[in-house]
Amino acid sequence: MPKYLLLKHYSGGPEPHRPVPPMDQWAPEDVEAHMAFQWHVNDMLQKNGELVDAQALVPSRTWVRYGGPDAAPVTTDGPHPETSDLVAGWFMIDVESHDRALEVAAYVSSEPGPGGDPLYEWIDVREVMTLPPAED
Amino acid sequence: MRDEPARGLDEGALRALIPRVLAGLVRRGEDFDTAEDALQEALVEASRVWPEHPPRDPFAWLTTVSVRRLVDARRSEAARLRREETTYAQPRPGGTEAGDDTLFVLFCCCHPDLSAASQVALTLRAVGGLTTREIADAFYVPEATMAQRISRAKRSLRGRRLDQPGDLAVVLRVLYLVYTTGHTDRVDLATEAIRLTRQLTLATDEPEARGLLALMLLNHARLPARIAPDGSIVTLDRQDRSLWDVREIAEGVRVLQSTLAVRTDAAPPGRYQVEAAISALHDDAASAEETDWPQILAWYDDLVALHDDPVREHPAAVLGRAIAVGHVLGGAAGLRETDRVREVIGDRHRWHAVRGHLHELEGDLPAAASSYAEAARLATNVAERDHLVRQAARVRALDRSGSS
Repeated sequence: MPKYLLLKHYSGGPEPHRPVPPMDQWAPEDVEAHMAFQWHVNDMLQKNGELVDAQALVPSRTWVRYGGPDAAPVTTDGPHPETSDLVAGWFMIDVESHDRALEVAAYVSSEPGPGGDPLYEWIDVREVMTLPPAED
Repeated sequence: MRDEPARGLDEGALRALIPRVLAGLVRRGEDFDTAEDALQEALVEASRVWPEHPPRDPFAWLTTVSVRRLVDARRSEAARLRREETTYAQPRPGGTEAGDDTLFVLFCCCHPDLSAASQVALTLRAVGGLTTREIADAFYVPEATMAQRISRAKRSLRGRRLDQPGDLAVVLRVLYLVYTTGHTDRVDLATEAIRLTRQLTLATDEPEARGLLALMLLNHARLPARIAPDGSIVTLDRQDRSLWDVREIAEGVRVLQSTLAVRTDAAPPGRYQVEAAISALHDDAASAEETDWPQILAWYDDLVALHDDPVREHPAAVLGRAIAVGHVLGGAAGLRETDRVREVIGDRHRWHAVRGHLHELEGDLPAAASSYAEAARLATNVAERDHLVRQAARVRALDRSGSS
């Protein structure tokens, strides 16, 4: 069965279908509903036998590269998160098909936002390459 | 690697034997590394054999089989080692207390040359008797990674003299780290840390060991109230205090009192005893409103006074004291205290979370919301992040309802 990474973003990606303020500015009950939905998705994938891993990332980032021989690594924070892709976290799933991966991603995107209406968040769906050579 | 405890002996009793057997082997001059491997193999053998043939003396059985494994591993020196095997199998002359063995193995595992992560992993394995798999689960790393970390740690102990008394302060720090790492579904590290610290108190009279045990017990007592059924964090002021474990509180207070009773002006209580005293005062309050903040502040004064440069050496204590100052003298005074450690921990979520609380005490809800939101942005733990987002949303809602 193929594995897929469903990436959630803090910023970047296509134009938001429904722009919303940061979650700490939502009504408390909307925050609760949103968080409960995340756990529900986790549970559902687990019960389906489709969950491989789910993680969240801290928003701060550091870019780093080799500095050359005898030099310290070179680091930078830029480009600014507002103008670049910033991954917020992921679900890794192991599913029957590409279609099922899209179905799960769409469901993740239906998470409740302010007012309890769906967030319509864009989810980046990426297939994970397998390691050993495929069998004939 | 051992997957389940050997039957025929309950798991607690079996795990209590592990440091004793290991200490015996290392004291007789075996490398910690090879001795630990041999013991692991003996445990695998035990899980196979014991269900059918439970041993009369599990300690002697494990020692003998471990020694046999050591012998097998060095067949080239067979003649010499076979002679030693018979010696090993003899009962140990004099026979030391089980507590001494635990302490001895703790000193090996908490060797100052090892990294903190290695000290913790090795302690859980060699003293706690957890499997590599269990330790890997507790730290959310693959089993192969943890196996590698443990064997590297053991290799770096190779050739070092392990007969010197170790640094008890390092042992206490490692045990506290095990405790604060918390617990997962499979492995309750907090309970494990309490068990190991309790064993340690049997082996040493050091008041700080009992102070640490008291601190763990007094904090652990509140655990059932600290996490809601949906996994969210419940802060101290909102906890259902009827859920607190009164038996654990009573034991913690008793242990703490026994250490404070022996203090003198020349030897004031150390940080764990002071932190336990603060925890005891929280546990003692029937409601958040009844918390004895002036006395908590007095203990924080003692805690901060333990350091020449508390801002750099123990910023968490300065921050904890700022909360107490806020409750005794008002939010603004507390906020001024947080400024002292801004340079050291101003980029940590906890600093912003404390300021959020102090702004709220002061009644400045917009500032409180901003601080909580910033804390959420910096949090590195999902439960804490979610909690801080909730705090920000709650305070903003409060502000809206108040101003409308």
